[in-house]
Amino acid sequence: MSFDDILPVPDFGLGWLDASGDHADVVLSTRVRLARNLQGHAFGPRARVNDREAVLRQVQQKIPRVPLLADAVVAEMPKLEERARRLLVERRMASRDMLGEPGRGPLRATAVLLGASAPVSVMVNEEDHLRMQTLFSGLRLRDAWSLIDRLDEELGQELPYAYHGEFGFLTSCPTNVGTGLRASVLMHLPGLVLTKEIGKVLQGLSQVGLTFRGLYGEGSEVVGNFFQVSNQTTLGKTEEDLVEHLERVVRQVIQYEMQARVVLLRDAAQVTEDKIWRAYGLLRYARSLSFEELMNLLSGVRLGVSLKLLPGLRVYTLNKLMIFSQPAHLEEAAGRSLPGTEGDAHRAAYVRRILATEGAVSPDDESSGAGPSMAG
Amino acid sequence: MDETPRPPEQGSGEPSEAPRRCEACGEEEAVVRLTRIVNDEMVTMHLCDACAREKGVEGPAEAPSAPLTDFLAQMGDAPAPRGPAASPDEACPFCGLTFADFREVGRLGCPQCYVTFESYLRGLLRRVHGSTGHVGKVYLPPDPSASELEKRLEALRRKLERAVEMEDFERAAEIRDEIRALEPQEQRP
Repeated sequence: MSFDDILPVPDFGLGWLDASGDHADVVLSTRVRLARNLQGHAFGPRARVNDREAVLRQVQQKIPRVPLLADAVVAEMPKLEERARRLLVERRMASRDMLGEPGRGPLRATAVLLGASAPVSVMVNEEDHLRMQTLFSGLRLRDAWSLIDRLDEELGQELPYAYHGEFGFLTSCPTNVGTGLRASVLMHLPGLVLTKEIGKVLQGLSQVGLTFRGLYGEGSEVVGNFFQVSNQTTLGKTEEDLVEHLERVVRQVIQYEMQARVVLLRDAAQVTEDKIWRAYGLLRYARSLSFEELMNLLSGVRLGVSLKLLPGLRVYTLNKLMIFSQPAHLEEAAGRSLPGTEGDAHRAAYVRRILATEGAVSPDDESSGAGPSMAG
Repeated sequence: MDETPRPPEQGSGEPSEAPRRCEACGEEEAVVRLTRIVNDEMVTMHLCDACAREKGVEGPAEAPSAPLTDFLAQMGDAPAPRGPAASPDEACPFCGLTFADFREVGRLGCPQCYVTFESYLRGLLRRVHGSTGHVGKVYLPPDPSASELEKRLEALRRKLERAVEMEDFERAAEIRDEIRALEPQEQRP
């Protein structure tokens, strides 16, 4: 199965790129996931091949009766081409664990169900039998929760979940038990980082039962001032409480970020503006970019767009650059693997091409007429 | 960020080494080494879990590699873990996972494990989540019993009240429909 076979799925994890949600310049995306397990089978890490196969079979049989998964594509990891698997990971629809051990590939009967009629996907036979999730643009926790709640109702009517009267929905890891809910919001917080207030904010998060991670979730580093903020506990509160609490805190953090930006512009306007235009300049003309460097430069440019210092450049373009300049995406566009520094060259070329057509217009370019004309 | 949370020091289990006290509260055993860059100088502090959290450090409990394993290891080292500990050989009758396995990997083997290690888990869950009781969605299995149905209805009524409170009337209407669909015929007006 190649990438083209799963491409027809509309949205396909990219709907959020359009930056249509609330505060889309600061909050890139909202994700809500639920962990569920089926009765009568060992959990993911302890499941044998026949357990996993039985779980996948059971799920596949029931899909036609689940309206939100009508016409869903079942992408079995071992049957996917290697690059297609990595594409799923880069779009946050499969976990890195699902790629399997290096050299051995993914485990048999691990799969991702890709919703065709709604922006939902379900990882099958990951750490838990089912991990259903949805991804929305901007801050849209309630909508995301309500959609995933519906999918859970539909699936739960068909599949016998492992459920305990006291502990709730049972999960492989006790840190997910109860609601099995993880709601997370991907935030861009350069103002707080530059004004060195971020430490306090992150400290505050841990005091109110929230946690933060890097772009790719658990275990990933924070790059480009992108923080994924999510609930830490899953038991003892209702799903609505967890989601509302997160939303309240995130709104507060947005406010802090905005205040920090006001301070930046007040006390360090020239430095800030210079940083933003330098980042733009590097992106526009660099011949080689590592993904990490790109993320750091995109952070500067994103701040510029948000502060309306880079007219003509859209948040959508920045989201697109972030997703499509990941290694597997570049290889997919090139139609071959890009070993060594080739990837960095392709990344820089891609960014230049997009910015040439969708890039910012400098006020100086408009007024003085200097620049490109000198070449002629 | 100028803060680098580190996992507990290696070799802290050596018998010759006395357990280090937390430098903030001076009471609990230090389990986190916090290294910070302050004015271009590296400052290292040894902290207990609680003080580390107060300082905003994601303690070993959240270390990316095997978060719960570290947490469980710590609990094992602590003088008196809350809740009775199961014997290391005690095994789940369904999947065969032993208590020692669980301590090592931090993952349970199957739904039955929650029953096998129930009393121990209750203590663990209270420490991890601050609670042991699920108050969220009540699951309604494909062929529900009368009591399962009643529990589910109760939860839905709570959800309805809340939606009305939040003035989310669209959601309230959906929940009301769900309740109507589940209520026994004779209760309907």
